[in-house]
Amino acid sequence: MDLHLIPGAVASDEEREAIDAAIGAAAPERHLLLPALHAAQAQAGWISPGALNHICARLSVPPAEGFGVASFYAMFATKRRAPRTVHVCDDIACRTKGAEAVCRSLEARFGPAGQDASGVNGAATWVRSPCLGLCEQAPAALVQRAGDARGDEAMAAATLEDLVLAVESGDARAAQRTVVPQTDAPRDPALRLLRRVGLVDPESLDAYRAHGGYAALRKALSMGPERTLREVTESKLLGRGGAAFPTGRKWEAVARNPVRPHFLVCNADESEPGTFKDRVIMEEDPFALIEAMTIGAFATGCERGFLYIRGEYPTATRRLERAIAQARARGWLGDNIMGEGVTFDIELRRGAGAYICGEETSLFNSLEGLRGEPRNKPPFPVNVGLFGKPTVVNNVETFANLLDILSSGGPTFASTGTAGSAGTKLFCVSGCVTRPGLYETPFGSTLRAVIALAGGVADGRALQAVLLGGAAGVFVTPDELDMPLTFEGTRAVSATLGSGVIMLFDDRVDLGDILIRIASFFRDESCGQCVPCRIGTIRQEEALHRLVDARQQGEGGTAREVTLINDLAMVMRDASICGLGQTAASAVQSALQKFPLDTFEAPQEAQ
Amino acid sequence: MDAVPMSFVRYVDLTIDGKSVRVPEGTTLLQACQSAGIETPTLCYAENLTPVNVCRVCVVEVEGARTLVPSCSRPAEPGMVVHTDSERVRHSRRLVFELLGSSVDLSTADPKYLADMARYEAVPERFDTGDATGHGAKATVQQPVKIDNELYVRDYSKCVLCYKCVEACGTDAQNTFAIAVAGRGFHATIATEFETPLPDSACVYCGNCIGVCPTGALMFKSEHDMREAGTWDESKQAVTDTICPYCGVGCTVQLHVQDNSIVRVTSPHDHDVTEGHLCIKGRFGFQFVQNR
Repeated sequence: MDLHLIPGAVASDEEREAIDAAIGAAAPERHLLLPALHAAQAQAGWISPGALNHICARLSVPPAEGFGVASFYAMFATKRRAPRTVHVCDDIACRTKGAEAVCRSLEARFGPAGQDASGVNGAATWVRSPCLGLCEQAPAALVQRAGDARGDEAMAAATLEDLVLAVESGDARAAQRTVVPQTDAPRDPALRLLRRVGLVDPESLDAYRAHGGYAALRKALSMGPERTLREVTESKLLGRGGAAFPTGRKWEAVARNPVRPHFLVCNADESEPGTFKDRVIMEEDPFALIEAMTIGAFATGCERGFLYIRGEYPTATRRLERAIAQARARGWLGDNIMGEGVTFDIELRRGAGAYICGEETSLFNSLEGLRGEPRNKPPFPVNVGLFGKPTVVNNVETFANLLDILSSGGPTFASTGTAGSAGTKLFCVSGCVTRPGLYETPFGSTLRAVIALAGGVADGRALQAVLLGGAAGVFVTPDELDMPLTFEGTRAVSATLGSGVIMLFDDRVDLGDILIRIASFFRDESCGQCVPCRIGTIRQEEALHRLVDARQQGEGGTAREVTLINDLAMVMRDASICGLGQTAASAVQSALQKFPLDTFEAPQEAQ
Repeated sequence: MDAVPMSFVRYVDLTIDGKSVRVPEGTTLLQACQSAGIETPTLCYAENLTPVNVCRVCVVEVEGARTLVPSCSRPAEPGMVVHTDSERVRHSRRLVFELLGSSVDLSTADPKYLADMARYEAVPERFDTGDATGHGAKATVQQPVKIDNELYVRDYSKCVLCYKCVEACGTDAQNTFAIAVAGRGFHATIATEFETPLPDSACVYCGNCIGVCPTGALMFKSEHDMREAGTWDESKQAVTDTICPYCGVGCTVQLHVQDNSIVRVTSPHDHDVTEGHLCIKGRFGFQFVQNR
């Protein structure tokens, strides 16, 4: 291709070096665009025209397309930005912990979000961020540090003082942790997906083996791909990413597809507001995910796998990098795995701040170096997936279930949980709750039981509402807590488990404010491809603002706004290309239907 | 002697609005609707471009499908039962027109779209917010016109983001890749790298983006200037087909002439040679005619 580069724009030596290191010795193909952009951003704090020129020349990408990709992602700046950016979460879980007040204080101290922070000589800026997946330790933040060997770091719970320090010096004082209350003494002996959390050193392959690691892969290799597939099908495992598709059926479709090669993708782009389950697995038990992906690849005939992790998870990324390197060094990734002649390897790829890339076909486009826009389905990924080939794509939690299925056998796994929902489920409990954290229960527990497990509503307050399933989920009233948390049980009451979010709001929370934040989340995260979502999400947000304002001022005229909101909900649900637009009105609709409008009348400080 | 391959055309039977329809395998629902005489509005679809199915105005209801499906790109399948005038279909088509009409300047759009809007009783003004301020005020894509060269202007206040220009600049016609979609969500826009002016970009001024633009967001500078001056008058224009004089390819060009001056050049989309696309010479190289 005859590339026309940006006239006169030359990369600095440092940018060039960083980009070349990211592209490495591999064939310079377009799918390396995202890693190359990450390298440029991490070096200079923005994607400069010179850096884009160098990337585009190396990868034979037209600069207009390279710019289109770079400008798609929230973690990339295409205008010069301070090298240090503190992303402060002001999303729904963090709002219940005072995030809005923190943001206002930061604005008073450093000036508006996105501009050079005052008093630090252009070294830093702060921006508001959507959910960072640290809801159990809210409020959360992420320090993105360019040209700094420390790289990125997540902070939670971050006080105003912690954030001021982060802006001024780059120090991330309140480093994030992992909060899994069931692993506190006395430890819950029934944990399965979380059985090693807190017990095993996540940076040691030997420690993982000492806790039973790699027995499942060995068993799969001895059984062969056909039997492994049968166990998965018989386990009745349903996908945990939100759509609840039978994993066995997906795997069989890929395994039987004559087109080669096959690809395996792990969707670790966990970005649904309120969700942090995959993060915990990746941080605390990374080898389990790698082992499970290897089993999946063996069963479905994949020699190449991609693990696409959201860009805001620096700790999980580092642990997975180490784990993959150790597995490779041990010969448990690569050619001739465990001496059985099986080939499989995993490439770890970081997202860069785009909720839409958790949609499987957007994820493929993102991996391929295209804008993370969803594809029309059909064709489905099992036929036409990554690079146009048959592709297995599953969520982290789905993969994590594989180990138990192999160890105890598919039928045994199927006998746990309920008839329609086999196994256990991870729940991300956050908001106004006594012990926020990640919980695991067998399918069949009621919402009330899981909330009780987390100690109930914090501070003895009354429960106002629960958001179930995330921003794309639904609100549930205190009268509905006896619903069983199963796929079939939630479906029966027009709810959804979604990504396992259980977010509590007590009677002090201004639900109107929460609804507007959800609406603004979808407006911000819409990829912009289709009209119903691109314009529908912004019109929904505007109408909600007017509705809430009118209620607060005791004005009439809200019927007009409700009509518009309902009309928008219908076109987004019916005519959007992908799940983002199709669910962008879900939570708002459920709230407007279930809660009296005057709930939004009297906002009170959440503190 | 090699065996002569026989080609079989397989047919698909489906039902559209209660009518039995038989179409060759691979036919899209849009084409099937056309063959059954059912008018389907389209916006981002064009015969000479790969369907991107982004505008969603051609959606139809397929029984058994959870959501509506874009007819422009969904192949007909045996036994499909399709509804093109159900309440859900009418609602989505109306809302898509209303959403576009509420955010984009459609004043120079192809009249066929305005007729479709009327057909679906779209009232974009429903979303007007009068003097509302702040977050409740209606956002639009209003922005200054980009005039950075002598041949054509870009007015993205009129852009419906149908992706047609990007496709025409890319693999569907020109393979120049001077423009792409940049940004995200409501702020997504068609842009060169870093929004650099066209003369500094890869643009070769073939004008094929203008040829496919449905709303006049991309326009000949001659047309733009005449519209600004209030002298543009299509009722006084004659369209003359001729063959481009420059090279041996033989592209049909259509000269739009007003007051004895060429004001715009197009090529028929169904022309075998051009499929509606031209190069800089055919599209813009007509000034010599007017050197009198």
